[in-house]
Amino acid sequence: MRSALASALPLTRMSSPVSIAEGGGRIIRLLGIAGVMLILLTAPLPVRADEFATLVMGLGAESFAEKEQAVTALGKLGDKRAIPVLVALQDGHLVKVADGRVLISETARLVDPVTRTAISEMTAADRIRVNNLLRGAIEGALGGLTLFSADPATRLTAAQDALRHPSADEAALLERAITAERDPAVRAAMETSLAAARLVSGSKEERLVAAHALGTTTDPQIKNLLDQFRAAPDIDPELRQAADAALTSIENRLWLVGIAANLFQGISLGSVLLLAAIGLAITFGVMGVINMAHGEMIMIGAYAAYMCQQLFREFLPAAWIDGYLVLAVPAAFLTAGSIGVALERSVIRFLYGRPLETLLARWGVSLILQQAVRSIFGSPNKEVANPRWMTGGFDAIGGFTITWNRVAIILFCGVVLGVLALVLNRTRFGLYVRAVTQNRDMAAVMGIRTAWVDALTFGLGSGIAGMAGVALSQIGNVSPNLGTIYIVDSFLVVVFGGVGSLMGTLVGALSLGIVNKFLEPIAGAILGKIVVLVAIILFIQRRPRGLFALKGRTADAEA
Amino acid sequence: MWSASFWACFLGCSTVLALVVPAFNLWIPPSSAIALPDYAVPLLGKYLCYALLALSLDLIWGYAGILSLGHGAFFALGGYCMGMYLMRQIGARGVYGNPALPDFMVFLNWKELPWFWWGFDHFAWAAAMVLLVPGLLALLFGWLAFRSRVTGVYLSIITQAMTYALMLAFFRNDMGFGGNNGMTDYKDILGWDVHQPSTRLGLYIASATALGLGYLLCRFITSSKLGRVLLALRDAESRVRFLGYSVTNAKLFVFIVSAVLAGIAGALYVPQVGIINPSEFSPANSIEIAIWVSVGGRGTLSGAVVGAILVNAGKTWLTGAAPETWLFALGAIFILTTLIFPRGIVGLLRETRWIRRRAATAIAAGEQA
Repeated sequence: MRSALASALPLTRMSSPVSIAEGGGRIIRLLGIAGVMLILLTAPLPVRADEFATLVMGLGAESFAEKEQAVTALGKLGDKRAIPVLVALQDGHLVKVADGRVLISETARLVDPVTRTAISEMTAADRIRVNNLLRGAIEGALGGLTLFSADPATRLTAAQDALRHPSADEAALLERAITAERDPAVRAAMETSLAAARLVSGSKEERLVAAHALGTTTDPQIKNLLDQFRAAPDIDPELRQAADAALTSIENRLWLVGIAANLFQGISLGSVLLLAAIGLAITFGVMGVINMAHGEMIMIGAYAAYMCQQLFREFLPAAWIDGYLVLAVPAAFLTAGSIGVALERSVIRFLYGRPLETLLARWGVSLILQQAVRSIFGSPNKEVANPRWMTGGFDAIGGFTITWNRVAIILFCGVVLGVLALVLNRTRFGLYVRAVTQNRDMAAVMGIRTAWVDALTFGLGSGIAGMAGVALSQIGNVSPNLGTIYIVDSFLVVVFGGVGSLMGTLVGALSLGIVNKFLEPIAGAILGKIVVLVAIILFIQRRPRGLFALKGRTADAEA
Repeated sequence: MWSASFWACFLGCSTVLALVVPAFNLWIPPSSAIALPDYAVPLLGKYLCYALLALSLDLIWGYAGILSLGHGAFFALGGYCMGMYLMRQIGARGVYGNPALPDFMVFLNWKELPWFWWGFDHFAWAAAMVLLVPGLLALLFGWLAFRSRVTGVYLSIITQAMTYALMLAFFRNDMGFGGNNGMTDYKDILGWDVHQPSTRLGLYIASATALGLGYLLCRFITSSKLGRVLLALRDAESRVRFLGYSVTNAKLFVFIVSAVLAGIAGALYVPQVGIINPSEFSPANSIEIAIWVSVGGRGTLSGAVVGAILVNAGKTWLTGAAPETWLFALGAIFILTTLIFPRGIVGLLRETRWIRRRAATAIAAGEQA
């Protein structure tokens, strides 16, 4: 909160304390010149100037009790000018000079807080001491006062803070703040806090209204507050009923929000899995062998994104950095795709008809690629920053934030899937791919160059894996074993959904993602995953060829 | 199959492994150039455990066409059973000095021993579990998989999923198997100190014996009538089924035998390396087993032993000499053996020397996986 204050209020230019802070009663030389004031803010019209001035003087009192009274009163006053005074007091920058005036000591300058003029005469100054009790009072007063800050973000924080210590004083402050508030979001937060404060301290009617209002929120803090409230022994039954109703309403809302959050996260995870698995599904469909090096293609795509980011950082104007993804996506596709084609031509084409050995050869390839990347880039994680338009998120409902990078990945995944469906269903190449998937020999007889289809399909699958890598680089770090994290999951998606079927992969990925996320809160992340794995192993018993298995005699021919 | 030349070969190898190695360790003074230093004994013992593990995979992959990419799971389960026995032998000598609980349970604030730890104070119980736990898992998993005719790549993937799931499970502290850190700090086995060179030599000889017996068992299975059925179903499963053989039962039997052998290998491995942790379950480890078999020669049994020992000796040497090149080398082995030497070392030897004599019973890996 302090930093928010410092940035929000030009008044509080707190520098290192002058030497007077070191010990009381030392005479110092004040170098400031009255004409060159640091702070030239036109003070708000001193409506209650006298009261404010009196209270500031009160801070200089001898006893801590009196000081505390003054602090509390300043807090209640709701005058913005009190903020720098209290901050100064807290930091030990508030001094009292010999003639009884209370001043803020900035670097080599004493400022009269009442008139905001700098005091330039040489004078004896005593630091006003604070104790822990007083510090507590200052925190409270400042919390209330920041409700009037010029910065909406600070006001919002203050309004949310107010929820933590609801009281009658708080209610009064909040009421005043609400009348002045223009920002709807801040206002809503203030109203919630006000309702909480009234629930604690208001009249019965106010409390009933407040309980009703609190029922529309989803904040766990408010739930606690209501819990405490209804548990009080001497509570009016009508009030208890209202509190119970509010609690039920909050719980229902939280439950709904929980479901919505799980659903979104499930779809988000599902789209990541889909991106990772879809290339795998195509190559598996055409060649009948799981590409064990697929995870490494994802990793290479992620490193391509990292390289693009570095290129943009090095050679292009700083303002262009947000555009690196435009280059990263095709770069990742081409890099991973060409490595895929090279791999198919140099290794895999010699192994057709020996699926289990192909599995091992590809695993060897994946080891080599991993180690190569580790040798080139080093093992530590590389960080790929989100472009600015993908950072942050928005608060959907009740404390559940949807981040933009997740949304972008879901959209990206949809686009990739759409384009791929078009390629497979509307182009000649797609026709060939489908033909080879269904019956390789027959396709060859019909004049399709199956070797050429194999190479291109492998390249396409790898290229999509590369693009998946770009997406993954946006939600986590890039490391040489990035691929291995997702590879088992993507195998399962393919096995679950069925070979060579886009629809199967889509359904498989989304259901796996959503089931995972719904199991997580019940069983914990790891146990949830184990449950999913076991479920899939059992599922395979029922449908050994996946959900959307290819029909016909040829479907059984490979293995 | 059981000719005199085979027995001569087998006994020759056994003598070298089980007698000559200990002799070089015990009776040749350490200063001598040909002496086997103490540290090398558990290392060789470890290779022999790996060899037994590779043998178990060769039995199902080479002869029945079942490529299990989760065989490390059976190995690790056997190892965990032995590890639990060794943990119980520590008694009150642990860091916390708790006589009733292993250290990690004291650390987790557990009050009493979970039920699945009961009985592990006794070696006989632990030994029975070493056989039963992998065997039962193989029975359950194999029954589910083979009954519904999950074959080929699908089977490989779900075995991999199985070991992956087990790895995740054993990483959890709540499982009661030491979580991330696994189990270590062993003191005694059957009353002998595991750190003593003599104990280690004993474990080495036990490993060599287990390997020899395991080899004979596999040899017996593969040369029996069942072995013929396995070979046939490897090459044409549907045809064997149509001929009236129960493919499911044949596969299930050999899968369970293989899992039990892997479990024994794990149980012998743990006291020699002194630790068992969940990383033994990692899918990468299981795939490595397949490459040992592949290097030595699939479907040859002796090839699995040769491959496991050679690859692991190479690994020990290379990770010491140039650690960063090991993965390159391993990857290259994977690719080269599958591309250029699909029959492996032993397959290659047989091809050149005994090609005419063995032509009738050639079981070299080739056309079909």
